[in-house]
Formats: sequence, C-alpha cells, structure tokens
Amino acid sequence: MSKKDLGLLILILVVGAVVTAINPRFLSAINLANTSNLVALFGILSIGQAFVIITGGIELSVGSLIALLGTLFIDFIAVRELDWPLAFVVIIVLGAVIGFVHGWLITRLKLQPFVVTLCGLLIYRGVARFYTADGTAGFAFGQNFPTLEFLTAGRSYGLPNSFIALIVIAIVMWVVLHRSVFGRYLYAIGKNEEAAKYSGIRTGRIIIAAYVICGVLTALSAIYFAMYTRSISPASHGQFYELYAIAAAVLGGFSLRGGEGSLVGVILGTVLLQELQNLVNLLGIPSSLNFAVMGGVILIGVLVDQQWGVFRARRRMIEATRQNVAGAPAE
Amino acid sequence: MTSTDTTHPDTAPFLSLEAVRKTYPGVVALDRFSMEVRPGEVIGLVGENGAGKSTLMKILGGVTRPDSGTITVDGVAHDGLTVEQSIGSGIAFVHQELNLFENLDVAANIFFGREPLRAGPLKLVDRARLREMVAPLLKRVGANFSADAPVASLSLAQQQMVEIAKALSIRARLVILDEPTSSLPMAETEKLLDVIKGLKAQGISVIFISHRLHEIERVADRVVVLRDGTLAGTLAKDRINHDEMVRLMIGRMLKEREKAGEATREPGGVALSAEAIRTSTYPDRPVSIELRRAEILGLAGLVGSGRTELARVLFGIDERLGGSVALDGKPLNVGSAADAVANGIFLVPEDRKLTGILLDLSIAQNISLPNLPAHARRSLVSAGAELATAEKQKKNLGIKAPSVLTRTGTLSGGNQQKVVLAKWLAMNPKVMILDEPTRGIDIGAKAEIYGLMRALADAGVAVLMISSDMEEVIGVSDRIAVMHEGQISGILDKDDFSQENVLLLAVGKKPKLLQAAGGVE
Repeated sequence: MSKKDLGLLILILVVGAVVTAINPRFLSAINLANTSNLVALFGILSIGQAFVIITGGIELSVGSLIALLGTLFIDFIAVRELDWPLAFVVIIVLGAVIGFVHGWLITRLKLQPFVVTLCGLLIYRGVARFYTADGTAGFAFGQNFPTLEFLTAGRSYGLPNSFIALIVIAIVMWVVLHRSVFGRYLYAIGKNEEAAKYSGIRTGRIIIAAYVICGVLTALSAIYFAMYTRSISPASHGQFYELYAIAAAVLGGFSLRGGEGSLVGVILGTVLLQELQNLVNLLGIPSSLNFAVMGGVILIGVLVDQQWGVFRARRRMIEATRQNVAGAPAE
Repeated sequence: MTSTDTTHPDTAPFLSLEAVRKTYPGVVALDRFSMEVRPGEVIGLVGENGAGKSTLMKILGGVTRPDSGTITVDGVAHDGLTVEQSIGSGIAFVHQELNLFENLDVAANIFFGREPLRAGPLKLVDRARLREMVAPLLKRVGANFSADAPVASLSLAQQQMVEIAKALSIRARLVILDEPTSSLPMAETEKLLDVIKGLKAQGISVIFISHRLHEIERVADRVVVLRDGTLAGTLAKDRINHDEMVRLMIGRMLKEREKAGEATREPGGVALSAEAIRTSTYPDRPVSIELRRAEILGLAGLVGSGRTELARVLFGIDERLGGSVALDGKPLNVGSAADAVANGIFLVPEDRKLTGILLDLSIAQNISLPNLPAHARRSLVSAGAELATAEKQKKNLGIKAPSVLTRTGTLSGGNQQKVVLAKWLAMNPKVMILDEPTRGIDIGAKAEIYGLMRALADAGVAVLMISSDMEEVIGVSDRIAVMHEGQISGILDKDDFSQENVLLLAVGKKPKLLQAAGGVE
C-alpha cells in the first residue's frame, strides 16, 4: 500500500469515527450492508474507469451506458423472457463491443477520448429513452429470478454478494494492473505513449483493451444497478455516474494525464465517496447539498495531496543542504 | 582570413565575473570562477556535461544567485543579478530548446508581449508597423525567410535566427548561445556561424557553448574551459585547437577521439535492403538503401533531407508509401514498430527524452519494456528476471546509476542514451539504426557509445548511424551514404571520406573521388 493510499484510508477512518460519534447508526449492520453494496456497485464501475484513465483517456459515457444496458437487461428478462444467464452474457458482450468501438475510434481514427465518449454519453441516453418510449423498464408484479437476485442483491455471511463480487474483481484487476505484462504496458502508455510505441509496444491494441475492460465492467455494474433499483427510468438512471467513477479515481491518486494510480487507490476513493453520501444522509444535511459536499471534499483532498508533495520536496531540500554544510570541508 | 578583428582588448569588459561560487545541496556547482567578456568578443565556453556551464548560465540569467563572488556589468558591481537586471543590461539567451510559439509567425514571436499597438480603445496590433520593426532585425541576422512565415514552417537554424533576432530586438549586448548547433546539420550550422560573425561585427559579444569543438575553433576569439565547476583554463585565439580544448576539458589527452575504432572484419552480406521506398515527406522520391552485416553505414545530409523519415519508415513508425523492404533476402512487411522489433530491427531515436526512454520508469523497466513477455511467466512480470537483465546490461554498458531501480529521468544524457542502447542490446539486434546517437552527450560518454557501435558491427549487426556531426560521420563510419532532398545522392567508401565530399553530396553536387569510377567525367 502506498503512502497516498494509506493517507486516504486514514481519512476514511477519521471521517467514519466523526460520523459515528455524531450518529451511531453509521455503524449499524443495516447501514454498513447498504453502504458496502453501493461501494460494490460504484467500485466495479470505477475500476473500469481507472483502466481507461491510466492510459491518459477518459470514459464519459458510462452513466448513459448503465441506463441503456440496465434497461435492455430488464427488458430481456422481464418482457422478452430470455434466460437470465443468456441475457447476462449478451449485456456483457454488448459492453465489450461498445468499449471496443470507443477504443477503435480513439486509436485508429485518432479521435479524442473526451469527444468520442461525450458523444457516447448523449447517444446511449437517447437510445435508452427511445427504447422504452421514455417510459420505465421494470419487473411485472410477482415476477422473480431467485438465483439472479441472490447473486446480485443477496447476502452471504452478512456480506452483500455484490461486495464479494467487488473483492474478487478487485483482486483479479489488481494482479492485471500491477503485476501483468499488460498492466506494465498500460502504465508505460499512460506515461508516454510515443516512447512506448518506439519500444515496440502495440499501443493501439493495449488502449482498445483498456476501453473493452471498462465496457465489460460497466456492463456488469449496469446489471447490478438494474437489480438493485429493479425499475429503471432511462431519463435519469445512472446520471452523473461517470463523474462518480472519475472522482473516485482522482481521489484515489490517479492523474488524468495518465500513467499514475493504483487499484487500491480507486477502491478507497469509491469508499470515501460513498461514506460522504452516507454522511449527508446521516447527519441530516439537506440532500440537495450532496454534490457540493462531494466536490468540496475532492477539491480539499487534491489540494492537501499537492501541498503535501511540495512540503516534502522542500523538507528534503533543507535536509540535504544541512548535510552538505555539515559535511563540507573547511576552506 | 578576411574578417576584420573588431575585438578591442583595451576596451573595458562589458561583463566580468570575479571568484564566483555556487553550491547546491551535495555539490559545488561552481567555484572560484572568473572570466570577462569584452564588447564584440566571441567566447567559446566548453566543458563536459556537469562541468558547471548550466549553473553559470543561470547566474548570468539572474535565475540563481551565487553564494559569493562579484559580477560586474558595465562597470557596476553586483553580488548577483536578478532576471530584470540581466535583461536590462542586455544579456540575452538562445537556448538549445527554443522558446518560440510555433503557431505564430516570425514577427509575432519577435515582439511577443511588446507589439506596437494602434491608437484606439481596442488596442489592436499595428501589423504594418510591426513588420517595419522586424525587417531590419531579420536583415541583421541574415534571415532568408519573411516576417509572416509561421515559425512551424522554419528549419531549426531559421528558428534560432528568430531567437537571435528577438535578442537583438531588446538591444542585447551579450548573446549567449547554448548548444545552438547540436541539432543542426552542416550547412545550417554554417549559417549560424555566419550569424555569430555578424553579431561580432556589430560589436555584440557572444558566449558560444558547444560540444562541437571544430565550430568553436572557427568562431571563438577566446575559449574558456570549465571542469568540475572550476576554470580549467583559458585559451587565447592562437592557442585554440581541438586537442588543447579536450585536454583541458577532461584533464588528460583522449587518444581515441571521435573514433569507433577500425572495423576488424569485412562487411558481410546485405541484412536489410529497402528498394524504392517512399516516405510521406518526399512522396515522389523513391529511395533505396542496403545495410550490410558487420558494417557501420553513416547517413549524412542536411536536416530535412529525409534521413529521420527514412529511419522511421524502416522501423515501422511511419507508413511506407510503396517500394519493398527485405531482411536477409526475404521480403518483410513492417507495419508497426512492434513488427520491426519482432524482426530484430531496432531504432535509437533522435529525441531521447520523448521517444527513446520513459523518464518516469526505472532503468530496469525501460530495459525490459520491448521484451517484457520474455521477462514474464504466464503474462505476469517476473521482477527477478527483469532485474537480472538490467544488472547485466548496466554492467556491460557501464551505466552510472545508484541502482537499476533508479528513475531514468534522473540520469545524465549519456547514461540515458546507454539505457536506450541497453534495451536493444539485451535482445540480439540484427539491424541497429541510431539517429543522432551522441547529441548532447559529453565526450567521455560519446567515446563509449562509438565503442558500443563498433562492438555491435563486429558481432555482425548491420549498423546505420544518422549523424549531423561531420567529425563523427567521418570518424565512425565504414561507408557514408549522403541524402539530399529525400534521396541518396551518393555513397562514399573509406578512401573518399572527406568533409568536402560529404558536403558536396549533401547539397546535391558530385564528390571528388580518388578513382573516378567508370571512365571520363
């Protein structure tokens, strides 16, 4: 765990302690289970975003994708009565295809990630609304899918199954990002794409793969979100979720220029964001201030991190000077 | 010599430094350093990387204050200069990395922030007056381009002229040129040296910093040599020569200067051949070239003659527009750098920091990067294998760094270049293309890199070295190919090596060959 991650963890614990002191319900089983479920849903989404951000890209369409893929998933199993495992696979594949198209447009046609995914944000939201004729996608009364519901919204040993899924995904993705050849390539490309290319790395393929990973994880979280809300109105479902994901990555120490950040960081970033949401509810802060609180904390976090870096650099300098003066031969 | 000597040794110096000392945490960057600059004097400032040249420049530019010592400008003594004092007293810098806005035109760059304005509340730029003001400046530097030309369309030498014109526009009395020629090819360098002579004739002093000693020999009135932060010596005009400068710079005689050693074996067969390939820069000029095993082929030519573009096509970075490439006689389609690397064709690129290495990665990570799958088990990177390769290369190449985990960005230019070489040497090259491999590298590291190139050739690798340094091309190559406007204008064998022949071919003329091949001309 890096120092940055450790600092974030301490911040999470301190905020948690303060909130508990004011409202002990923060530590109640029900609240923890709820919050950890939300951490899981946003966590899966944010890990996907992190893979794109590490390459120096950005994926703005994930909120709309959650609306579109969630709508489709519910429509497939509730209205068209597809077997849910089949629907599940179809949605994941769709996520991968969309990720591939984004990556392809960015690497082969040299479009900017911001532009491509901004268009995606608009297109998928529009398609989702059109698909339901601006209605709501939901389950009919009495319709249920016990296995699917257990896997997505159920619990094992008191832990939400979604949270267990997050832990498994996080471990796998940690290995991919921090230990694999692919992960090294991602960092190299994020630091300096040109130099990576000159080292014989097929940078286009690696970047496309990052967008595919993001698409797949977004599709997975879309299913979780759909099963969590159970009813989707595509006009608002998943709105601003791309910003939650980006915020989690930035809080977790990712640089939007690429090449920096850790998997632990993005998870902790997600936890902190959800803790703040929770804090707004528990402390009776008007929920309309929700975004303002989040924005404020991120700004402070980034500022502290940056100033701390400056402070440490200065201290190192002073230390070195002192040693130099002490060690310099008399003249 | 027809140039008149405008230096007046009797006149008071414009600038003098007296016992200047500057320390940084852990190092004494400059110590007991004294020098003076008289009006109209060209001073060559030489020294290896890390000798204290940059510190001296920072002190003169007012960026840092010396710990002790006196700086006298125009008879006024200072403990240290501020940036305003430096500019105000007419000290101007032209840095190796140019500070120009490439998207603006020449005139806008020269008077950036000081544009003449039209009367009225809108403060519009008076374009006509601006052009009037720029014209005489461009004339003084002998510019062959117009004031409306976008800077992006100019050659490097022309861009430097813009910088110098900018310096003149603020009434500079001392122009400090920091390695202005390191990225210039021969003919462009000539132009710049002429500009320096022009400044001198106008009574402006010049401090000319360069690693290219023959240029210093040609223009300097006096040479100041720095070594380890102290003044190693000053050479008066009649004592300026290459060997003397090198002796002072490194404190001993360098025997094998600028030489990679003689080839120990005959060149082998053709490793890589390109037949009538075209690059995007010269889409109508097919170029053919053959690289032979165990040979260093020098590739000379002016900047913009298409050398780097040729290298980029051979390495798969740029698209090949027609023609064919064969490796070991078999047709080869290189569609990307990854294809080239997979076939043992490696490139040490021109721009080390942007494309050669990743400054933020460690030495070990840079070395393993092109061959990462070989340092991995089941797609997981094996730190042990990575470190073993890096340690081996660090030892073989003599990379000076605390450890292989050191961030590459903290190394000196020479050591960074060795890291670039190391990553390819670890992979058994067949063809090694080096684009300006010693640019901005000090003399000691240069000699080592020449040695490595020779060792590669001796091991049977086909080496192609692109270089704009004449001494280097002649001293290192086994054969020299010269490019002119996108095509190979001629290939010289060792017997015909001369600066004159290379220059003639570079400008598209016929060389003077010892044996006129094929009858009367």
